[in-house]
Amino acid sequence: MNRVAAPPVTLLVNGETHALSLPPATRLSEALREGLGLTGTKVGCDAGDCGACTVLLEGAQACACLVPLGQCEGARIETVEGIAATPEGQALAERFHAAGAAQCGICTPGMLVAATELLRENPTPSEAEVEEALGGVLCRCTGYRRIVEAVLGTGPAAEEGGVGARLPRTDGAPKLDGTALYGADGAPADALWLRTIRSPHPHARVILGDLEGFARAHPGLRLLTARDVPGRNGYGIYPHIKDQPVLAGERVLYRGDAVAALVGPRDPVLSVPPSALPIAFEVLPALGDPDVALGANAMHTDFPDNVLAEGRVTRGDPVAALAEAAHVVEGTWRTSFVEHAYLEPEAGWARRVGDRVEIWCSTQAPAMDREEVAGVLGLSLEAVRIIPSACGGGFGGKLDAGMQPLLALAAWVTGRPVRAAWTRPESMAASTKRHPARITARAGCDAEGRLLALEFEGIYDTGAYASWGPTVAGRVPVHATGPYRVPHVSARARAVFTHQPPSGAFRGFGVPQAAIAQEALWDRLADACGLDRLEFRIRNALVVGDETATGQVLAHSAGQRPCLEALRPRWNELRAEAAARNAKGGTLRHGVGIAGMWYGIGNTGMSNPSEMRLILEADGTLTFLNGAVDIGQGSSTVLCQIAAEALGVPVSALRHVNGDTDLTPDAGKTSASRQTFVSGRAAMEAALDLRARVLAGRNAAIGWDGKRLTVGGEAFVPAAALEGVGRFDPPTTPLDGEGQGVPYATYGFAAQICALAVDTRLGTVALQRFVAAHDVGRAVNPTLVEGQTHGGIAQGIGLALMEEYIPGRTENLHDYLIPSFGDVPPIECLLVEESEPLGPFGAKGVGEPALVATAPAIFSAIRDATGVEVTRIPALPHRLRAALKEAGW
Amino acid sequence: MDRYWRPRDLRAALDIRAGEGARPLAGGTDIYPARAHHAAWEGSVAESLLDLSAIAELRTLERDGRHWRLGAGVTWAALRDAALPPGFRALQQAARQVGGRQVQARGTIGGNLCNASPAADGVPPLLLLAAEAVLLSPVGERRLPLDRFILGNRRTVLRDDEILAALLIPAERAEVPSAFVKLGARRHLVISIAMAAADAEGRATIGACSEVAHHWNGEVSPISDIRGSAEYRREAAAEVVSRALTLASAA
Ligand SMILES: Cc1cc2nc3c(=O)[nH]c(=O)nc-3n(C[C@H](O)[C@H](O)[C@H](O)COP(=O)(O)OP(=O)(O)OC[C@H]3O[C@@H](n4cnc5c(N)ncnc54)[C@H](O)[C@@H]3O)c2cc1C
Ligand code: FES
Ligand code: FES
Repeated sequence: MNRVAAPPVTLLVNGETHALSLPPATRLSEALREGLGLTGTKVGCDAGDCGACTVLLEGAQACACLVPLGQCEGARIETVEGIAATPEGQALAERFHAAGAAQCGICTPGMLVAATELLRENPTPSEAEVEEALGGVLCRCTGYRRIVEAVLGTGPAAEEGGVGARLPRTDGAPKLDGTALYGADGAPADALWLRTIRSPHPHARVILGDLEGFARAHPGLRLLTARDVPGRNGYGIYPHIKDQPVLAGERVLYRGDAVAALVGPRDPVLSVPPSALPIAFEVLPALGDPDVALGANAMHTDFPDNVLAEGRVTRGDPVAALAEAAHVVEGTWRTSFVEHAYLEPEAGWARRVGDRVEIWCSTQAPAMDREEVAGVLGLSLEAVRIIPSACGGGFGGKLDAGMQPLLALAAWVTGRPVRAAWTRPESMAASTKRHPARITARAGCDAEGRLLALEFEGIYDTGAYASWGPTVAGRVPVHATGPYRVPHVSARARAVFTHQPPSGAFRGFGVPQAAIAQEALWDRLADACGLDRLEFRIRNALVVGDETATGQVLAHSAGQRPCLEALRPRWNELRAEAAARNAKGGTLRHGVGIAGMWYGIGNTGMSNPSEMRLILEADGTLTFLNGAVDIGQGSSTVLCQIAAEALGVPVSALRHVNGDTDLTPDAGKTSASRQTFVSGRAAMEAALDLRARVLAGRNAAIGWDGKRLTVGGEAFVPAAALEGVGRFDPPTTPLDGEGQGVPYATYGFAAQICALAVDTRLGTVALQRFVAAHDVGRAVNPTLVEGQTHGGIAQGIGLALMEEYIPGRTENLHDYLIPSFGDVPPIECLLVEESEPLGPFGAKGVGEPALVATAPAIFSAIRDATGVEVTRIPALPHRLRAALKEAGW
Repeated sequence: MDRYWRPRDLRAALDIRAGEGARPLAGGTDIYPARAHHAAWEGSVAESLLDLSAIAELRTLERDGRHWRLGAGVTWAALRDAALPPGFRALQQAARQVGGRQVQARGTIGGNLCNASPAADGVPPLLLLAAEAVLLSPVGERRLPLDRFILGNRRTVLRDDEILAALLIPAERAEVPSAFVKLGARRHLVISIAMAAADAEGRATIGACSEVAHHWNGEVSPISDIRGSAEYRREAAAEVVSRALTLASAA
């Protein structure tokens, strides 16, 4: 770091004395990371909001991002690296590992540090004490319950073994001692910095001024603009819509749109004020509302009505069916932008190696990043290498290439390594969001409560660029009925452009919004028929042999009914408890809600292959080449379990190579809950292929002696490497104009119960319990399945009750609230295993399904407690109170 | 310029404050987050800082004759964990809910008041205690009741040559049991939508429902923001005050 010399600050870090010659106002987090290379201390916000940077300062928790280095003269500091080296730290880490308390692992250092402070003072804390002591650290993946259990030592125990075992995650160890390298870690010391200059306006004309003059005045800096992009200045998910410019040349279409990149040594790059840049904006009127955008001038010439994509499913005659229905209900709902809020903001670095470029970055889709970078730089695919870092959370938000083309461009034109880390506000402003949806729906049933028809119309605000908008528009109508038999359906979803942040992929691709409407209608119909809400759903649940609204006959693994039935005992108990509490009166009203969901695994009616390889080298090494990036959900562990089981060896036998596009075949992206099902099947096929090659027709048992493969008990080392290759592309057919076809090869099913209390005077909601039944086909690793369920529920809670991204207003984790410790109540997981014949060992996926049912279950419970229907989401206290007031509370 | 001083001596600090115009820094828990926002849209901040954290006199919390003297540099954690008379309960309950343990360990009561956010949780409990602010400059000392120290949203009477040294709390007020109620949209790490402090003698104060927290007289002048509508705040204010009064009288 080239900064003015200051007298060194001496501090004692993990027992060692260090003298750091950095400016005293430097954040302690930066000093530890950049000055001492202790990158186990993470940076998620630089604002005290996330706690990822928590260290012990004189034994007490502190956010290292808020402490000036100058304040630490002579201070004793402990970081995760130091704590992990102590016996107490190791014991704690072991409990985290077994319980699955570290998923992506980016919050884990902060959690371990915070828990260490607590356990030193109080070795036997209560649950409440754990929540209070760790309450300053946020986690976006786990839903906190498993972390509490790990601290208390009450979590699930670790098991050895293949499919079905609670094997601790194979990539877990480095996440627990601070050595895992994420996007912002491990860049070379001489890397230049890249700062993206972004539009503060939602719509403006870009006026580039005297670039040469700026260059002359700032000889060490390089200001890259649209004209520096050698290839295609656009990227995007769909091959025919590369509409998001790497650097906007003429117009910016949302607050956060990238206009220029300033590259050079860190301090000057970060200190140039925007006013000193030769960039000006002429503000233009912005379309903030999709209803207005629908009739307005086109933002993109290829999309005349600002309709990016439309998906529809039509079946039967819903108009006639509704006219004859015994009961008909309808409603409108409105949801908000939801931010992924992965606790690791986008980060990475790139370098040019001869005529190739290598990018190290936090991503969910290395193969797609590679294509984008090649296109933007005008290079061949072979000239680009993507090396995924450990990924500190993605949830769909790291499927878009965002930073990668910029880093590659800067490294390419400067010939120097270049690094970047988006600040939290930048990450929130620039990255994609969950689509806000406006849904109008109407449904009817007969007098016995059999569903007859559904009409569904959804307008999804897709923001400034296409991103995953078409995927959302396509997926929503297919899922509009939920996992229920509805003979007459007309469902349409449109993704509409506005000058808002691009809406993209976010756990569930638009389905969680639709499920809110669908499940609310079912509650009302159940009431209209005088049926119990759970029984109403059981009566209508899809079962094997049923036809879905797209005309697909479900041949196997349709576990909706078993999920609902599994919930019945708890449903009755929780309802009785709520009734007893309500009988006592008071401001709190108790309620219990229920919601079901289904989720098509993999892409909608489109090919989405995966390829896996397993190699037995001539030296006996068994190498698993797995291109599916693990974003914390645990795919690496699950795929290793599947491959090892199919081959007949323990997981520890596998040398695992993950993600690097130079080394691994394309497994497709980590999205659509597809890695267990699609890549899992490919991994199984690869193992079976290798197995056949090893056995070469013999009939013997394969094993592992600790070092080498064994066949019939004898060590087996091949003369030349043997390679097993597995490919799988789930069989689907494209949907026709009426939305008919086989969009997915299999579906995940689930139902969740929520018990809660509403404070009727303040409009606040206290969640008390979730019971979640998920049909996952086969739980390859129950701890990981539960981990996904917990995390999905936590995100569903956020969606339902607190999360609302407003550009320029909630661009930080202070104003944008995600659930904290104590916002996620106890969760009971019931695993339902309706085996899927296409899946590896019967398995399907669970990543997204976990979230879909949560918000509707919460609203169902609020309605049960108070009679109030939540239609404006999130149900912030002031909104809920307004609705309560209207209902006479 | 971005110079940094960390004197041990109060007198030296006052000279630097007056002579260099440096911005006081205590726990940094308001100053550094603001820098993060600035970094995202404007670039890094260059500002000289006067770090007050090494000055022992600012960190005292003790009975001083007819008053309790609460040093401006006392952290939320120190307040939370101290054995204090029951009148401090509201302030201690507020301390327990400011940020997480990290912010409590470093954020100070002085920083909270000088930052003068309408949602500053320290203000209602200290108003309830009839706290007086002690301001020091090289030319002398001023004492002002807290409601005259804070003027508005992020505005105080603090002059460029002054620092807030302490709060003085009448000892008899500190004996009246009190309680604090905070309303937020999540469990931890949450800025108040509304908060109230009340004591067993029926006094109450309300925060986040007007530009500056004030004694409860049934009226508030709230704004609508991302955390809550004005209408909601009006209703919620009465509710949290009544809950705080109930808790205080039960104490
Ligand atoms: C995650 C998080 C959560 C938070 N939650 C809450 C909350 O729930 N409730 C709440 O009220 N606040 C909250 N805060 C805000 C903040 O922590 C408090 O306001 C804190 O008390 C500020 O104190 P400090 O010592 O850190 O102030 P600093 O950041 O050091 O200073 C704040 C301001 O006061 C000035 N200043 C400080 N000390 C003096 C002095 N002695 N004389 C003159 N000027 C001075 C500084 O110049 C600066 O302008 C939160 C902050 C974070 C990061
Ligand atoms: S990085 Fe320090 S709290 Fe988020
Ligand atoms: S595991 Fe906590 S944020 Fe990912």
